[in-house]
Amino acid sequence: MTEHRDGRIIITTPITDEDIKGLRTGDTFYLSGELMTGRDDVHERVVEEGMAFPVDLNAKALFHAGPIIKTKENGTYEIISIGPTTSMRMERFESAFIEKTGVKIIIGKGGMGADTAAACRMHKTICSAAPAGCSLVCAKCVEEVEGASWTELGMPEAVWHLKVKEFGPLIVTIDSEGRNYFEELKSDYKLRSEEQKLRLIKELK
Amino acid sequence: MTEIEKKSILTNILAQYLNHLSKHLPEDISSALLRLKEQESDDSARAFYETMFRNMELAAELDRPLCQDTGIVQFKIKCGALFPAINELADSLTDAVRIATEEAPLRPNCVLSFEEKNTGDNTGGGVPTVWWEIVPNRYDCEITAYLAGGGSSMPGRAEVLMPSAGYDAIIPFVLDRVAEYGPNACPPLLIGVGVGNSVETAAMNSKNALLRDADSKNSNPKAARIEELLEEGINKMGIGPQGLGGSSSVMGVNLVNTARHPATLAVAVSFGCWCHRRGRLHLDRNLNFESPTHPGFSK
Ligand code: SF4
Repeated sequence: MTEHRDGRIIITTPITDEDIKGLRTGDTFYLSGELMTGRDDVHERVVEEGMAFPVDLNAKALFHAGPIIKTKENGTYEIISIGPTTSMRMERFESAFIEKTGVKIIIGKGGMGADTAAACRMHKTICSAAPAGCSLVCAKCVEEVEGASWTELGMPEAVWHLKVKEFGPLIVTIDSEGRNYFEELKSDYKLRSEEQKLRLIKELK
Repeated sequence: MTEIEKKSILTNILAQYLNHLSKHLPEDISSALLRLKEQESDDSARAFYETMFRNMELAAELDRPLCQDTGIVQFKIKCGALFPAINELADSLTDAVRIATEEAPLRPNCVLSFEEKNTGDNTGGGVPTVWWEIVPNRYDCEITAYLAGGGSSMPGRAEVLMPSAGYDAIIPFVLDRVAEYGPNACPPLLIGVGVGNSVETAAMNSKNALLRDADSKNSNPKAARIEELLEEGINKMGIGPQGLGGSSSVMGVNLVNTARHPATLAVAVSFGCWCHRRGRLHLDRNLNFESPTHPGFSK
């Protein structure tokens, strides 16, 4: 479901293709509902070892994140800190992961590559960036840690089941047409770095 | 003081310090961020700075780590040869990491290589990293602590060039790395450049450069000129906070150099993210302490 409130775009799970089609690269939005964490080892398990993602991820969101979580005495969890990790590390697996799980929104840090962009286009999925290094702003948006799976992978790598409210700001980095914002920005940075190289070397002489 | 007393006092100070370090940025970094925020003209970049400052406030208010990646703990020690707790220091450093991991809490990040096992307490397999320097005839000790995150350690690089490449070669060496990895390393960045005779001296110098204050200058005018040009040029790349564009890219560029061999020119670059958790702690012979980077740290 997509809502527009106080100038904010808020997407709530379950996420539909319509929700996804309304977002374009560079747009800012917020997420409410079910968000699962999963990074390197989880992708490897799902894609290379053929294991099923431990919970249903269809029409939900995935967060490339390794949080700090405290286990309370009664066995429930408390979120201390959570923020995005470099999404590019998951590039090798992500297109197959999207296909297998039906995930609709991927949240991480920085951009992802051409294979993921192609999968986003094919399956109407988007990638987005959460504010990096702002793990308390992110943690504040987590209402509850509803459970955990694959905890044997260690705290950063386990799958944490989060319930979030207006989690963000999130910036769309790959949209459902496969446009890749980060790659576009990166080629601008490269171009400018070539200009600067020439100028700086000249200045130094 | 008995040895046991000394060790427990020292361990306690260090554990508290690491805890503090994970939650508060050093003054040079927070003022650099403030300056960049004020100079920023792009609206969404300004909004990102607001979010970053909000995060810093929350860290202090909630007493929690600024970033979930609390890194691998690295220490650079300048210890007086006559420092009364010199014998206890190595063990205290490791114990302090263990305690801070529990208390801050820090995220367990220490994965034993090849065994692929997370030790759970941020120690083991040579971690925490400790670089020692013994200073003759002194009774005090200076400890620089740094939480080396994964995203900012990732872009590091060192290479041995031929001297004929000249010091100019530092420019493309650094710029290429920044263009490729900078947007992902949580900018605005602090860039550390190292120059030396071999791959590890250059690399160590680049890390030492990150341990220097963001607004410090190399004392050699030629090296200082390279710092200045790199800072200017990288800012013009417009990477912005979070890598999504803006009017600057770096909090500073520091270069540290040592002598080279006539036949080599080794260069290295290390990256620090905006959340550059680095601090300096002075301890005197009676274990009184103060931290010039974190004046808010006291008993
Ligand atoms: S690069 Fe720095 S701010 Fe970014 S996630 Fe890593 S430790 Fe945190």
